[in-house]
Amino acid sequence: MRKVTLEINGKTVVKEVHDNTLLSSFLRDHLNLTGTHIGCDTSQCGACVVHVNGNSLKSCTALAADIDGSKVTTIEGLATNGKMHPMQEAFKKLHGLQCGFCTPGMVMSAVDLLQKNKKPSDTEIRDWLEGNICRCTGYQNIVAAVKEAATKM
Amino acid sequence: MKNFNYHSAKDIKEASKLSSSNSAFLAGGMTTIPSMKLGLASYKDLIDIKNIKKLSGIKVSSKSVTIGATTKHVEVANSKELKKTIPSLASLAEGIGDPQVRNRGTIGGSIANNDPSADYPSACIALNATIHTNDRKIEASKFFKGMFETALKKGELIEAIEFQIPEKSSYQKHPNPASRYAIVGVYVAKHKKDINVAVTGAKPCVYNDKDLSKALSNNFSTSAIQNMELDSSDMNSDIHASAEYRASLVVTQAKKAVDAC
Ligand SMILES: Cc1cc2nc3c(=O)[nH]c(=O)nc-3n(C[C@H](O)[C@H](O)[C@H](O)COP(=O)(O)OP(=O)(O)OC[C@H]3O[C@@H](n4cnc5c(N)ncnc54)[C@H](O)[C@@H]3O)c2cc1C
Ligand code: FES
Ligand code: FES
Repeated sequence: MRKVTLEINGKTVVKEVHDNTLLSSFLRDHLNLTGTHIGCDTSQCGACVVHVNGNSLKSCTALAADIDGSKVTTIEGLATNGKMHPMQEAFKKLHGLQCGFCTPGMVMSAVDLLQKNKKPSDTEIRDWLEGNICRCTGYQNIVAAVKEAATKM
Repeated sequence: MKNFNYHSAKDIKEASKLSSSNSAFLAGGMTTIPSMKLGLASYKDLIDIKNIKKLSGIKVSSKSVTIGATTKHVEVANSKELKKTIPSLASLAEGIGDPQVRNRGTIGGSIANNDPSADYPSACIALNATIHTNDRKIEASKFFKGMFETALKKGELIEAIEFQIPEKSSYQKHPNPASRYAIVGVYVAKHKKDINVAVTGAKPCVYNDKDLSKALSNNFSTSAIQNMELDSSDMNSDIHASAEYRASLVVTQAKKAVDAC
């Protein structure tokens, strides 16, 4: 066991964790932040993507211990004062989701893209979302939503 | 995943002191964590080397570029110095996996793992790299021993990889559409004295294709290798590609690489 201190969605969290606790289960099981989903649990699907110190990563493949001291943003941390983030708005407006399982990871990954590239082309959006798998939408509306969000952010 | 003791080493000395016959270094974790979860590997101690400052960064000299072991794929892909000196290496890094893998995965972890379809091993062979460890310097041609096997001894730590700057080079991969790992990747590099054609994905371990490099040494153009047929008897065959298809892909990707040089 060890103590980790993290800033999660703007709040400081200090908790005891096992050395092998994954960031994904730390968020879901210890903090009840179940918006971060676990799909494949083997680094392939991107349902578990969160931001650590401003960059997206797959939380199923990081240890709570190894990001000790970092700032984490999850899907729950995107809305401000009950108002959806422009990326969430765009996904809603353009039907960028059906079952919604992939959506938190898709949105977190797409937000990271727009931090790095304000006006991505369709190809750049598709390349960036390489690590996010959606079994429902066929991706067209996801790409459209990211483009729409780029005009609002 | 079985429990283990996590240690964050502050310097190289501490990392090697902590290592034992039942430990592993943890860099990006993009291979170690999934394989521990799947029960393919288990360790008593994981020694995190990410916080050792000396192990990260890119240094350019007149003849070579040295990349620290824990430098992430994204840092290699975005490096301005590298884009000027060995642009093919930056673009190789840009083609690894997906952005989240590139945000965590490291060059040292990739070559220590020596996956038969990983990208970086081909760069090491093509660019006559030297692997600097905490103990010695190893030529790339002697480093990659076989499938998931390297010359590293237990507890030996890669500190940096030094690549020779070629006159021209290009890496062309035919990626698996799902994972982006190479079904076949070919790295062609023309140095002052030699030409290397490093191939990944085709055989159980990266190799330098002597037939292709010999043909290109006589005449560095696609016509020199146009109709070559490679022996596929020791090539990989799986659901993604047969050995014969891989043999043909090696020539196709080599031609693309020569064209792009
Ligand atoms: C979805 C997915 C897609 C991927 N696609 C690709 C791809 O297209 N191409 C590609 O090449 N790779 C790909 N990878 C692998 C990726 O590049 C990893 O970064 C790499 O395999 C391991 O690097 P790491 O830093 O994560 O190493 P870790 O998982 O931390 O370590 C891997 C092994 O290397 C050892 N090690 C790490 N650093 C050192 C060191 N400095 N000295 C000695 N030993 C060390 C560890 O002990 C461990 O045994 C992919 C991975 C995933 C999950
Ligand atoms: S659950 Fe992490 S990538 Fe699928
Ligand atoms: S909306 Fe169902 S998986 Fe993407």
